[in-house]
Amino acid sequence: MTSIDSVGLKRMFDEIAAAIDADKDRLCQLDGVIGDADHGIAMALGFSAARDALAQLDLAATEPTALLNTAAKSFLNAVGASSGPLYATAFMRGAAAVKGKAILEDADIIAMLRAMAQGIQDRGKAELGEKTMVDAWLPAAQAAGAAQEAGKSLSESLEAALAAAERGAEATKDMIAAKGRSSRLGERSLGHMDPGAASAVTIIRAMRNSLA
Amino acid sequence: MQTKKIINDGNRSVDEMLEGILAAHPRHLRSADGSPRAIIARDGPRPDKVGLVIGGGSGHEPTFLGFVGKGLADAAAIGNVFASPPPDPILECAKAASGGAGVLFMYGNYAGDVMNFDMAAEMAAMDDIEVRTVLTTDDVASAPRDQRQKRRGVAGNFFIFKAAGAACDRMLSFDECERIARKANDHTFTMGVALSPCSLPQTRRPNFEIGPDEMEIGMGIHGEPGIARGKLKTADEITDEMLDNILDEMAPARGDKVAVLVDSLGSTPLMELYIMNRRVKQRLDEIGVSVHATWVGNYCTSLEMAGASVTLMHLDGELQAMLDHPCDCAMFRAG
Repeated sequence: MTSIDSVGLKRMFDEIAAAIDADKDRLCQLDGVIGDADHGIAMALGFSAARDALAQLDLAATEPTALLNTAAKSFLNAVGASSGPLYATAFMRGAAAVKGKAILEDADIIAMLRAMAQGIQDRGKAELGEKTMVDAWLPAAQAAGAAQEAGKSLSESLEAALAAAERGAEATKDMIAAKGRSSRLGERSLGHMDPGAASAVTIIRAMRNSLA
Repeated sequence: MQTKKIINDGNRSVDEMLEGILAAHPRHLRSADGSPRAIIARDGPRPDKVGLVIGGGSGHEPTFLGFVGKGLADAAAIGNVFASPPPDPILECAKAASGGAGVLFMYGNYAGDVMNFDMAAEMAAMDDIEVRTVLTTDDVASAPRDQRQKRRGVAGNFFIFKAAGAACDRMLSFDECERIARKANDHTFTMGVALSPCSLPQTRRPNFEIGPDEMEIGMGIHGEPGIARGKLKTADEITDEMLDNILDEMAPARGDKVAVLVDSLGSTPLMELYIMNRRVKQRLDEIGVSVHATWVGNYCTSLEMAGASVTLMHLDGELQAMLDHPCDCAMFRAG
């Protein structure tokens, strides 16, 4: 059994920020092919803003819900764009899923992950198969939930989430974009990975590395 | 190899630009207290007037903030380069623009803008400000005609905002302002062509590749790939291809009037724009459509992209009066 407090959650955001920053150029290049080439910039900006905002918190006096809400607000105000509302909603839903808990146990972390994915889908109104970050987030959340219900450890559940996210992102290459900026491309979006799905994999990998 | 730009720090470019704009136009513009990305008209917002808030990503100057002023928009929310502003500055704009008669949100139809402006509208409702939204969808290249609501907003924003701003300035009711804004959008058609890419200040890398002898028809104003790529053609051939699409949808009758905008995407010079406009006028003369007014220049840009767009607004008496209505903005005056 793993126990994550606010210090651990802050470490998770530090890890995501570092991973996204390292991945920034690849994400911009993916976005340049089918979009406007700024996805890596927006994501790096958002997670560095979240990391900096969390660094100002007194972690001993901050419950996970408040920490996640702080991350949401700082991400949103730094970014705007599409990723701002999507990830801000994810963190706020994650915050609501763990409300009242000072320490997150395995089931709480999986609940947080599932709430994040649901929040992204609700805000963006995208369905599976429309070539968006939902194609990575939703399978990841489902795989994590299924693994946990099958009695797997947190580490195994997050490993399953990551594998599902990777498969989902890979599958976006064979999808025609139906949501977001690239949807105007029609069949010309075929053959290219969705940058939002690619960054989702990077985030979920950083979460696994940090939490498991 | 990074592109050449006259900047200091790519991450500070938007804020430094805003400082420069406020320094140049203190008579027209101010920023909201504590919210430097909410740009407010010094003259314009007033009691009982419907407020008009526009906005979107930076990099399209003079769109959006250049059209803030008496007779046009009351405020503009400014995002990062090619990225929607977050809800907070949009909310500050709504508060500043609100005269108690409602606030119109008008912006191009992009997923990110819709999410952020909708969140701001929900926040404004909690402050008892009623917000209605009219998306601009003038780019005929971005979706088929039966899916107009999916199209993106591009240079035609200029005409659509102008008409809506005039309706608001004339103290018309919220319903009337909204009706005229929607009608202005329905009557406006744009098509663009790109010859070379632009690069974001933060990356200074071309945001798409295009051959030295190629052009891309239907390119979006954020450098989104267009609908078809081909060899570069002559000005008349390019203009004809745009007008064929626009006129096919607009279907003007002999004797109808239009307003014309020939817009540079950034680095295409006035010489080329006027050569295009020559052809626009020839084609309209041929079908007996008269030009009420023409604007040529940088109205909605895409950083330093080379390329241009042609916009026609199909006028009736009401829309013509709205275009003729005086306005006094930092980067545009009429009447």
